[in-house]
This record gives sequence, structure tokens and C-alpha cells, in this order.
Amino acid sequence: MKVKYFAWVRERVGKAEETIEPPASVRTVEELIAWLSGQNEAYAHAFEKPKVIRAAIDRAHVKQDAAIAGAQEIAFFPPMTGG
Amino acid sequence: MTCPVTVRIQEDDFDIAREISVLTNSRTDIGAVVTFSGICRADDDSAKVAALTLEHYPGMAEEEIRRHADEAVSRWPLNGITVIHRVGRFMPGQNIVLVVTASQHRQAAFQAAEFLMDYLKTSAPFWKKEESATGTGWVEAHARDDAAAARWTKS
Repeated sequence: MKVKYFAWVRERVGKAEETIEPPASVRTVEELIAWLSGQNEAYAHAFEKPKVIRAAIDRAHVKQDAAIAGAQEIAFFPPMTGG
Repeated sequence: MTCPVTVRIQEDDFDIAREISVLTNSRTDIGAVVTFSGICRADDDSAKVAALTLEHYPGMAEEEIRRHADEAVSRWPLNGITVIHRVGRFMPGQNIVLVVTASQHRQAAFQAAEFLMDYLKTSAPFWKKEESATGTGWVEAHARDDAAAARWTKS
């Protein structure tokens, strides 16, 4: 699946997007955040406060307990500050 | 009632008078137009802002604004909605966002414009980065914006 990062999440991860293949045991957004955090220091820093992170699946907001099965594109970003 | 909805994300500036005339042109059923402009402000809570950079999630930003515009159309008797959000780097005084709502009567136009702005601030995927004399940093979300959006939730 494709993963996109925005704002300070993007800066901390060090890339805007990538394709990942998490193990089948990773079923929810929350579990994906935990799995990414274990990859290296950059992800750990980006997701150090997991509850702050917002997520979208296929360009629609989701809560962290949402299932990731079938997702084409998952995005992680901080609370929005537009307008 | 037809209610054209236009949503644009662009780097270029917008012309408020032009956007109003696009909505009202050749129609005689519109009695009220409300516009809201969001402008890059120099004085923020702490340091003086030198510039603001707006980042967005292409695709989702347009879709999210359109979802709320469609909801506004279902809640109020509207004759037109235009939302333009700029992205890129802005100096104080420059335009960032424009919401235009048209209706037969003012109340629907005022309320829909406020509804759209409240949701734009809390759920449209845009992020502001601020440059000031003390450095550069991402703007933090305000709880007051969440509270403003929450008051539109139907009970």
C-alpha cells in the first residue's frame, strides 16, 4: 500500500510518500503506526505521540481503530491548520 | 433550486469581485452574497510572522471541502458556493482563502459561509508553517477551532 506523510510528520519521516508491505498481523491504523514506529528512529520521532496523529484512508478521515485491509493509500498528518 | 459548487486549490491570487459575478451573473433569484477572506496576518500570538507556507494533501483537500459544501447545500437554501484555498508561500497581507455563498436571503448565506470556514479550518487537509524572527515552525491547531466546528453538529 502507498503511504503519504504531510507537514511535520513528513519532515520527521524524511519522505513524502512510500510503498510499504506491513505484515498481516498489522490490521488497524493504530497498529500500523506502532509498526512504522519500530522501523527506525525517524518514524519513532514522527509518531512519538501517536494520539496526536491524524489519518486518512483513500483520502477520507478515519479514526485510528479503522481497519487498513483493502486500503490503496493511507496518509498520516498532524491536526489541520488551514483556512 | 440549482446551486453550483466550485472548489479550487491554487497558487494564484483570487479576485473577489470576479468570483461574486461568476455566481450572480445572469441570475435574478439571488438576494444575498456573503464573502469571507482569510488573509495572512503579521501579528500572531508570539512573534511577528514574516511569511506563511501552506501545504495541502492534493486530492483529499478538494474532496473534503466539497463534502462540506454538499452538506451546506443540503442544510441551507443556497444558490451558489465558491471556495478557493491558496497554497504556497505568503507574506502578511496576502490572500489565503475565499468562501463565497449566495442565497435568496442573507441568513442562509451568512450561516453557510461560517459553517464552511469552521470545517475548512478543522477538517480540510492544509497545514501552515510560520516564519518569524525567532525561527520557523508548524502552526499548532487551536481547540477553539474544534469548538467552532462542533457547534454545527446536529444533535
